[in-house]
Amino acid sequence: MERSLTRDPGFWIMVVIGLVLLIMGPILIDMFTIMQITQYVVLSVFALSLAYIWGFGGILSFGQAAFFGLGAYAFAVSSISLGDTTLPLVLSFVIPAAFGVALGYFMFYGKLSDVYLGVVTMVVTLIFWKLANHTAGPEYSIAGVRLGGFNGIPSIPTINIPGQPDAWLDPAQLFRFFMGVLIVVYIALRILIASDFGRISIGIRENETRAALLGYDIRRHKVIVFAIGSGIAGLSGAMWATYQSFIDPNAFSMEMSAKALIWVMAGGVGTLLGPILGVIGLQWLTLQMGMVEFLNSLVVLGAIMMVLVLALPKGLVPTFKSLGIAGWTLWRRGRGVSGGVKKVTSDD
Amino acid sequence: MDYAIIVALEMIRAVAWLVLLAAGLAIIFGMMRVINFAHGEFLMLGGYTVVVSTGAGVNEWVAILLLAPLVVGIFGVVVERLVIRQLYGRMLDSLLATWGLSMLMIGGVTLIFGNTVQGVATPFGGVRIGSYQMPVYNFVLIFFAAAILLAVWAVLKFTRAGLIARATMQNPNMAETLGIRTGWVYMATFGIGSAVTGLAGGLLAPVTGVVPAMGASLVGQSFITVITGGAAVITGTLSSATILGSISQATTFWAGPVYGDAALLVVALILLRILPQGITGRIFKRAL
Repeated sequence: MERSLTRDPGFWIMVVIGLVLLIMGPILIDMFTIMQITQYVVLSVFALSLAYIWGFGGILSFGQAAFFGLGAYAFAVSSISLGDTTLPLVLSFVIPAAFGVALGYFMFYGKLSDVYLGVVTMVVTLIFWKLANHTAGPEYSIAGVRLGGFNGIPSIPTINIPGQPDAWLDPAQLFRFFMGVLIVVYIALRILIASDFGRISIGIRENETRAALLGYDIRRHKVIVFAIGSGIAGLSGAMWATYQSFIDPNAFSMEMSAKALIWVMAGGVGTLLGPILGVIGLQWLTLQMGMVEFLNSLVVLGAIMMVLVLALPKGLVPTFKSLGIAGWTLWRRGRGVSGGVKKVTSDD
Repeated sequence: MDYAIIVALEMIRAVAWLVLLAAGLAIIFGMMRVINFAHGEFLMLGGYTVVVSTGAGVNEWVAILLLAPLVVGIFGVVVERLVIRQLYGRMLDSLLATWGLSMLMIGGVTLIFGNTVQGVATPFGGVRIGSYQMPVYNFVLIFFAAAILLAVWAVLKFTRAGLIARATMQNPNMAETLGIRTGWVYMATFGIGSAVTGLAGGLLAPVTGVVPAMGASLVGQSFITVITGGAAVITGTLSSATILGSISQATTFWAGPVYGDAALLVVALILLRILPQGITGRIFKRAL
């Protein structure tokens, strides 16, 4: 592991907070709240998938929901037909990642510009959404599981202990398992970002031409980054499917992609902590807004998105971080202690 | 023989459909390199203008040909002033902002009109071709698709405004140095693009019906047509609409409309793999 990572206090604080929540959560907090938090945990994994490819690979995908939905459907179909959920969880990572490689090949080896990339990823999601809605008839079934069109797939099994299809996890265990997944994904991404591979992809994000001139194959790097993000998104889709025990084509909806973008934008591009806070903040806000009768969620999401782009382009965490550092410097100057403005790093 | 004529006409109709869906977006993209993610909702707004004004007793053709472009055009100018203007040079941010706008519009229209399909009567009946029947309205769509392209071409080619537009398209800095207010050109372009989109939305309303979320089922086709065509407004739109329209229509005949859309995407991905800047990025570079 990189020295810089093991020395970063932010990383250890995050891991410890996660572990404390994992262990103490179900003991201290009532069951209803735990199930609510489980939802945040699942969506946080989804947010991390976009936070990684956008913040640390410079790939702005407008279609993260395509992989989320693909993972959810892959999990639903395979877990119902197999009865056990261990292999389906693996599949829910592998299938979207493979699709990510295929799509990434066309996009990155074709050297599409950013705008084209955004449009293509969005259109892919739209087509998936249309196709999934279209699968209503009995002729659309995979391995004996009907896809159900806009009605979706009901009675998706809960995660079970590997090899024991009847040993289902209770809600507390499910929370612990998902929290574990979130921590593992977070640590894995931090290690990946701190590794040579991660440094190269950050270099590509900063300046593609320079990275290419230094001899790195930017197309291959981008495909790999994109595929990893796709796999994580797919995994979160599977977690969503089993948490709800139900999945419908709305997993592929534009709203789902937009939510991921908003979480990352609100939390700050180029951080992993920010998007998680974005999930918690936005989900809480939507819950509150849902009580106001004359608003609907699309109006709220759309308004938040426009405000974020126009007023807070850097996101909350980096904005507060630079504000905090500026304030700290000012305070120190006021006390007569010399010290320049520390450069803002955004790696946590 | 009759069947062949029907198939050919359906192909042409599919091409015209894509031209109508994409023309307004292509005008904006060709000039400003901005993709308006709220394009589908601009179409929807055109549709609702027709529904509301015919409901109030306005003649249907006045509503489609006059009110829909007017309302959406003005709306476009307002959006350009308030949103797009702030984000020139920040391409991705303008995508994100217009996406936010798109959700805001869907939500807002749902609040006002409710989430129900509202229809307008399709003008004219059908025409018999041998033993087959075809709606006359298809010919109206084909006529207007051709008319829009011709009009854009004529304006760009023969008028002073077109000259200014082409100059700004080719080199905005140079144009500005020569005394052209490129900001105004962009505003006008966005307004005209929106008006064309509104006209298309109005024309499509009798065929598709009008729902707040109708944009989602149409924008895919618009976006693919524009990015496959590339930056040249007329050649790009026409060439990509022809290729994509005929292929998707053939797939639709063979497997059904949803697969037609999927085929559209696959063909577009392959085309973009070979021609990343769109068709007019490499071929017909100098064309309008």
